[in-house]
Amino acid sequence: MTTDMALGRSYRPLQSPWLPRAFIAVFAALLWFWPAVVDDPTRLRQWAEYLCFAIVAIGIDVAWGYGGMLALGQGVFFGLGAYSIGMYLSLEQVPENAMPEFMTLYSNYTELPLLWRPFSSLWFAVGAAVVVPMLVAAALGWLVFNRRIRGPYFAILTQVTALVFWLFLVGQLELTAGTNGLTNFGTVFGRSRFDPNTVIWLYRLAAVALIVSLVLAYRLVNSRFGKLLVATRDGEDRVRFLGYNPAVPRTIAFTFAAGLAGVAGGISAPIIGIVAPDQFEILPSILMLAGVAVAGRGLLFPAVIGALFVNWSGTAISESRPDDWLYIQGGLFVLVMAVAPGGVVGIVRTMSSWATGRLADDRPTTRSGTTTPDAATTGATA
Amino acid sequence: MAQLLEQLFNGLSTGSMLLLVALGLTFTFGQMGVINMAHGEFIMAGAYVPYVLQTSVGFLAGFTGLAFLVSLPLAFVVAGVLGIVMERVLLRRMYDRPLDTLLATFGVALLLQQAAKDLFGAPNVSISVPPFLQGNLTLGGVVLPSTRIFILLLSIALILITQYFLYTRVAGRRMRAVMDNRDLASSMGLPTGRVDSITFFIGSGLAGVAGVAVSLIGAIGFQTGTAYIIDAFLVVIVGGLGKLRGAIVAAFALGVLNAFTEFATSASIGRAIVFALVILFLQFRPDGLVSFQTRGLIA
Repeated sequence: MTTDMALGRSYRPLQSPWLPRAFIAVFAALLWFWPAVVDDPTRLRQWAEYLCFAIVAIGIDVAWGYGGMLALGQGVFFGLGAYSIGMYLSLEQVPENAMPEFMTLYSNYTELPLLWRPFSSLWFAVGAAVVVPMLVAAALGWLVFNRRIRGPYFAILTQVTALVFWLFLVGQLELTAGTNGLTNFGTVFGRSRFDPNTVIWLYRLAAVALIVSLVLAYRLVNSRFGKLLVATRDGEDRVRFLGYNPAVPRTIAFTFAAGLAGVAGGISAPIIGIVAPDQFEILPSILMLAGVAVAGRGLLFPAVIGALFVNWSGTAISESRPDDWLYIQGGLFVLVMAVAPGGVVGIVRTMSSWATGRLADDRPTTRSGTTTPDAATTGATA
Repeated sequence: MAQLLEQLFNGLSTGSMLLLVALGLTFTFGQMGVINMAHGEFIMAGAYVPYVLQTSVGFLAGFTGLAFLVSLPLAFVVAGVLGIVMERVLLRRMYDRPLDTLLATFGVALLLQQAAKDLFGAPNVSISVPPFLQGNLTLGGVVLPSTRIFILLLSIALILITQYFLYTRVAGRRMRAVMDNRDLASSMGLPTGRVDSITFFIGSGLAGVAGVAVSLIGAIGFQTGTAYIIDAFLVVIVGGLGKLRGAIVAAFALGVLNAFTEFATSASIGRAIVFALVILFLQFRPDGLVSFQTRGLIA
């Protein structure tokens, strides 16, 4: 089990509950006025996209940072959300009960297939974007965690889901438009997609969703459930001996992460304007983790900032030096994991404990140290 | 009947490919708990070896067959050296953090992919199949390509060699000792660190040989490795950690299962069915086909 002392500290009641609240309030205000700073529809659309990935990062942080489950297939849940809304948007472009354009080209369907029909309703599509990923995650999680499959095995199985999902989307050309994906959304929710006001509207939607997700996640990890989740991560057997089934908190956290990914995917569909299998493959799924890894897993707010930063720098670098982008991404993973597994937060903690003359050592941070041989991995308190 | 036989052969052929790729993983994953995502890129490195020999090395360029045969041991060394460097420089720092090795080696995989793109260019290349592997063998109305038969034989040969090495050679027995119980092996005076390096060299080297086999059946590009890595890990999970026997059965079982489900439905649905079956299988044998019986708590 991967654990470290630095993570342990995050689930202790914070000195003041007002500190995170103040952070979130300032962050929300900043997000609200950000469009005035960016002041360019194309750039703002990119920022809205980063916000979606920040929502996914919150879920990943709950599952990975607090629950110790390395979920490498979040692209699947993101994709399920994106396809739900994408199907609605495709149907929005054509008259009622007509088939989307690709279907008349690629398939032998004479009328709209049964799977597509309910997606002409916006509310059904929105509901499906959240519920379907959660159902899939709950079923998979329950089956897997109950058989005590975890750690690396779980990580690999999530990767396999991403592979299977991709193959399915590409193979079911008649239903999903194959590798081309769903595209040509001229209007989104009745507005022209290219109108600058629509961009601001979509951006605000993503921003509100991000803040709501952040608050929900904070409440979750600071509740009794959050403690149980962290306990499962640090000492699964002890949790079992205390009478809990560790599969329950694991499944709930994984399902929560999947729900957030679904929401983010749904919002990203009108923003990105295309829903295609390559967006949800293994590589993009793993890259969704990058922000959390860089910022330091186990704290929610840094994970959001990390995800925003990684996505923003990704655009900046791939615009100026497209050939080096893969080197930088790869180097980032290697560097963070080898030198600073606690991410930026871990580094800051190490430095502050030096500065305060190792005062941090005296604080009763965690009791899990005895069961975790690698307790000092972040070097936070060692 | 002929169709059934053909699917069976397809399955065995896929299975032998899976086995070649997963063989090295059973060592590195089984012994050290390292999830080496760069294993696929070691396969790619191995696949480029015959290409480089055939096109660029002067005295071998004329003899495609000879170049191909030379590339088998050479690919082993190339990939093995890549593996040992990664183990020494990077993985040594994080043996107690298996999930972190996954992400770190994923980073290495990205670096190697871009390096391959810079070295060999983005378009795919292919090798010229040596003359003695061209053509087909017809058996009972089924056409069997010689390259496929070669891969099947190669995988069997490699199993026999590793089996011999693991059970008769001193270095191999040390590897098994560390794999079974690292603490005990260490307290008996085995240099576990050095054994780890040797294990990683052999495991990665086997990926290189698998790469040569890959170069026979398709084009080689910087993304060659990614196509195989996930399936190979699935083989290791189904087979059981670090168990050669389990990996062999799992590889051929998954290969044949894949062939028949894809034949019965379609490529994309077939894979989904196989995945569902794997999850179902893990309900009954969560530790894989061949597992280590223990009464202790699992770490």
